Amino acid sequence: MTDLVHVTINGTQHEVPAGELLIKAAQDNGTYIPRFCWHERMNPVGMCRMCLVEIETPRGPMMVTACTNPVSDGMVVDTENAEVKKAQEAILEFLLANHPLDCPVCDKGGECPLQDQAMAYGPGESRFVEIKRHYEKPIPISDLVLLDRERCILCARCTRFSDEISGDPLIEFKDRGNATEVNTFPELPFSSYFSGNTVQICPVGALTAKPYRFRARPWDLQKVESSGMFDTAHPRLEIHASQNEILRYTGVDNDATNHGWLSDKDRFGFEYLRAPDRLTKPLVRRDGEFVEVEWPEALDIAAGRLELIIDEDGGSAIGVIGGANGTNEDAYALSRFARDVIGTPHVDSRMDDALASHFLAATVDRALISDIDEADTIVVWGPDLKEEHPTLYLRVRRAAQELGKTLVVVHPRATGLDDRATIKATYRPGGGFELLDEIAEGDHPEISEALSVDKVVAIVGIASHADGPQLAESVAALVRQKSSGTKILPLNGRANTFGALDMGLAPDLGPGRLNIESPGMSTAEMMEALDSGELRALVMVGADPIGNIPDPRSAINGLDAAEYVISIDLFVNESNLNADLILPASGFGEKEGTVTNVEGRVQKVNVVRPSPGAARDDWEILEDLSRHMGKGMGFSSSETIAKQISETAPAYSGVTHDLLEWDERDGVVVPIDGGQSFDHIPVALEGPKAPGAQFTLHSARVLYDDGVRVRHCASLAPLARGPVVQVNPQDAPGLGAQDGSSVKVTTGHGTGEFTAVLDPDTPSGVVFIPFDQPGARSLGTDPVVRLKVVN
Amino acid sequence: MSTPLIVTKRMVDHPSDSHTLERYEETGGYVEAKRALGLTRDELVEEVKASGLLGRGGAAFSAGLKWSFLAPARPSYLVINGDESEPGTFKDRQLLERDPHQMIEGIIITAIANEVHHAFVYIRGEYPKPARRVQTAVDEAYANGYLGKGIFGSDYDLELTVHLGGGAYICGEETALINSLEGQRGEPRLKPPYFPAAKGLYMMPTIVNNVETVSNLPHILAMGSDDYASLSDNADTGTFMMSLSGHVNRPGNYELPHGITWRDLIYDIGGGITGDKELKAWIPGGASAPWFVPEEHLDLEISKDATAAAGSMLGSGAVIVMDEDTCMVRAAERVVRFFAHESCGQCTPCREGTTWLEMILRRIEEGQGRAVDLDLAVDVSDGISIGLGWPPKMTTICPLGPSAVSPIKALKDYFIDEVDRHVAEGGCWFPGAKKTLNTPVLVGSPTTRASRSAPRAES
Repeated sequence: MTDLVHVTINGTQHEVPAGELLIKAAQDNGTYIPRFCWHERMNPVGMCRMCLVEIETPRGPMMVTACTNPVSDGMVVDTENAEVKKAQEAILEFLLANHPLDCPVCDKGGECPLQDQAMAYGPGESRFVEIKRHYEKPIPISDLVLLDRERCILCARCTRFSDEISGDPLIEFKDRGNATEVNTFPELPFSSYFSGNTVQICPVGALTAKPYRFRARPWDLQKVESSGMFDTAHPRLEIHASQNEILRYTGVDNDATNHGWLSDKDRFGFEYLRAPDRLTKPLVRRDGEFVEVEWPEALDIAAGRLELIIDEDGGSAIGVIGGANGTNEDAYALSRFARDVIGTPHVDSRMDDALASHFLAATVDRALISDIDEADTIVVWGPDLKEEHPTLYLRVRRAAQELGKTLVVVHPRATGLDDRATIKATYRPGGGFELLDEIAEGDHPEISEALSVDKVVAIVGIASHADGPQLAESVAALVRQKSSGTKILPLNGRANTFGALDMGLAPDLGPGRLNIESPGMSTAEMMEALDSGELRALVMVGADPIGNIPDPRSAINGLDAAEYVISIDLFVNESNLNADLILPASGFGEKEGTVTNVEGRVQKVNVVRPSPGAARDDWEILEDLSRHMGKGMGFSSSETIAKQISETAPAYSGVTHDLLEWDERDGVVVPIDGGQSFDHIPVALEGPKAPGAQFTLHSARVLYDDGVRVRHCASLAPLARGPVVQVNPQDAPGLGAQDGSSVKVTTGHGTGEFTAVLDPDTPSGVVFIPFDQPGARSLGTDPVVRLKVVN
Repeated sequence: MSTPLIVTKRMVDHPSDSHTLERYEETGGYVEAKRALGLTRDELVEEVKASGLLGRGGAAFSAGLKWSFLAPARPSYLVINGDESEPGTFKDRQLLERDPHQMIEGIIITAIANEVHHAFVYIRGEYPKPARRVQTAVDEAYANGYLGKGIFGSDYDLELTVHLGGGAYICGEETALINSLEGQRGEPRLKPPYFPAAKGLYMMPTIVNNVETVSNLPHILAMGSDDYASLSDNADTGTFMMSLSGHVNRPGNYELPHGITWRDLIYDIGGGITGDKELKAWIPGGASAPWFVPEEHLDLEISKDATAAAGSMLGSGAVIVMDEDTCMVRAAERVVRFFAHESCGQCTPCREGTTWLEMILRRIEEGQGRAVDLDLAVDVSDGISIGLGWPPKMTTICPLGPSAVSPIKALKDYFIDEVDRHVAEGGCWFPGAKKTLNTPVLVGSPTTRASRSAPRAES
């Protein structure tokens, strides 16, 4: 425990933790000291001078900034005497002297710290009669963010965020004195994945985000707290809506997950909800065309077809996939619908790119996100966190940078964490097992040494598709051998994967992670079974296997061969384009429920707007469908389902909606040992070997993907990099490739044409093709590639 | 004036070649550096403490005491501040240009005393010739084994790097200088915690000393601290350099004994006011220092304590003399404009306040002044330097902002009538007044009320 010291603030003595900054100690004890530049999650700079207070010193009273001075025992502080007030009035008058006061047309107006503090601490008038400083306003500094330098008060919050927190210092001060301004570097936009945070923390309206500009006044907004669903860490956020339209998300500060930060994908990824081609009515295929029908008719048709197949061949002739993009309640309803109403064991929420379900859902020594702060060593052997798990990326980055943790990063190319990594190991895609074997043999003593400490958090996942999903388990096993204090954080993409697995949406797991002795088929097996005729029908809920998995050929064939396909979704996508029936579903923000994140934390998602048209929650659709089949499940609300989950799934015992009210806590972490735990993994050092080809394909995801939600977000869709092949500049001359050349890429699976990007972050001999971009999936995951420049 | 010259003796005796290694060694150079190798850190620190040597960069802090504060972490660094940019100051320039080996020897002594193995000389970017002379001298010292690996045949290594500034006044502030040397923006660091002796260059313990300060060291070792201290009768020891400029007949750099008065300096040493005009005011210690006027200050002793008691400072030793035909508003505007231009922009009061003051003064000078403007300027100044005292009670990170208000204080204390006449007559009547307006016509509130708080008690 930290030592406590005594500090007297405005005549009242308080006990506060030693070393705490005065501004924070005062705030925690009920004295608010005004500030602009200070932000609790960043290092103080003492620039705005708004937090000047007077402390007593042996040489008499002294004016100091509360944000840069730690408390000391016996400190006597005055935050409101005449001199302090004089200083506060002076600072505000200075800040407002050149401020444009265009509050009526400023997005920040109404929630502006400058407005608020000018009211509370300002002189009430300005004596500045000269001409104000003028700049062109506003200037776009990235595709998402605009900068109005006239409004800027030069507090360095945005520049510090991008330097200290997100690690892409693309905005900086330029010039000096009265001409100081924030700006980007020439030819280099502020293209950070986290740029929206600077808009949120800007204490004035200098930084605004395109998706929200001029769309609302803050006092008109309805606000509800919820969880971010583009990131399996489920960052805590607030949804702001007006007139049934979601207008923005803002991060909410908390210690458990995101410290208040959001990636731009999480922050701006709500626009798909208002996309013009959202499904608002059930669609049934008639004579090869989709026709809109009303719900009763759609449900009758669906029930009839499912019942017919069940009658003829039993429920096991039907497969069920999806459920990872909804709430736990949706997932539970789907699990019950599949297993009890249809009566099939073939249920899977994973596509074929995931780690084993037991490993994901039931690793006994699973780490909490906050364990990252406590670890001696953090190992990241998995996806580039910056691309796929932005909340974890910020957390790991901070642990390495601010807390001085040892960070080991293993990945086939450069990652966003490399500049903070103590050790970075780069290997050829497909060579993961060889490297692991070398580490186990002691060939990399620096890594062995970094792992031989008391507390290790190993963040593992699929680094490259050439390595396959088993590598992560072996990595975890090796780390466990090296340190008895190992905690594992197995990663998977897709919003609510962990909730879906906990609800039993895996062939080998029942609700509550109960082991199933005779497992059904996985998604990949179902696709083959549809192709071979072993399965006749498929129910997809929020699933787009063709669009979502690295090698979609079997999905294409399976869906093509299926006799009957029902899809519950928000959009027509590549997979349900040929379905027989599509039922329109609600999205996040339109439904209430719970979700479970990567560390097993259950949080609420809340409603702020109604679903468009006739779209409904997944669970409602499934309940109605089951009633039409004469086997109603008895669900009447998301809350009643949550209650049933808490009674059925041991780990979720007592976890009800009431328990999860945001004001009270950051969700609840469900225990692993409540269900079928998974605590032994054999160290398998055998696996694919890196091929000896001239070029090896590194296939992985990037943040802005070609997924159906991003594609329908007007602000995010243009940020996707498109079909690119990233090649090391050293390899380019041999290929005759330049930046922008068209390159034909061929693997054993297929071929495609890509735009070359010369990329020093991709090692020589490796080519990086983000597979979640248009056209990239034709290549599959075969690591041997041939490249030919076509022009 | 029987006190001998110390740091300028060589250049006075040998004006043509005092900067060469031959002349330096012929006149006893590098003997003390060699001797210092045989002394301990404690012995050297005590010797310099006992000499009473005060820092000559402006703050006049005991050099030996500063060394004794060096934190124990190693490596430690030494940075010589040769970023002489204070308007009116040009003494270091002469020391750099005319006696670079004297400084290098001082650096070697300081390095040994502070266990430094890498020292830096940061020279103002606008000083190309002094920088060339220093670089040549450093190259000679390396060639002779006085710098580099095993200096003077000992096992002590000392690297010395010469670095040129980029033209920012603020880089004379020691923590801004350190930032600049590191390749960061030249902005002062927060104090606490970043006192250089604790956390300086690359966050390691660092001594920052002025060129003149270290140039004294070979002489202190040669004479002994007692003899050095006894050169003066008062608390300030040794000699001191002053750069005299403005309306005097003999401007220039002078190495002076302690105990003389301002009258001695301006009328005797400086040869009086040009054209036999009346003395109106002078700045006693560089543009930052509060101004002095003959009625009150002419017979004060030039010493740290006497100047401080009168509310100003000797600073970097720059004396700027102004005669009776000098417009005080214009002079004040010029000084404030300098500080506004040189503000790093980091903190609000300095960035916004200095520019505002410049605008107000320019309005008064150019005939757009209002009766309330002096009070307004005083109140604006009060927001930068509360109470306008010296040393300042500042709302800023560093003393640059408070330095900018010194001229406002002078107007308020001594020249209210002159300001009022500018307002009443719609501009300036002194020679050289601009006939065209640079000031845009006033915009905004026509308010005549300038002071929002209760009338301030006269100080």
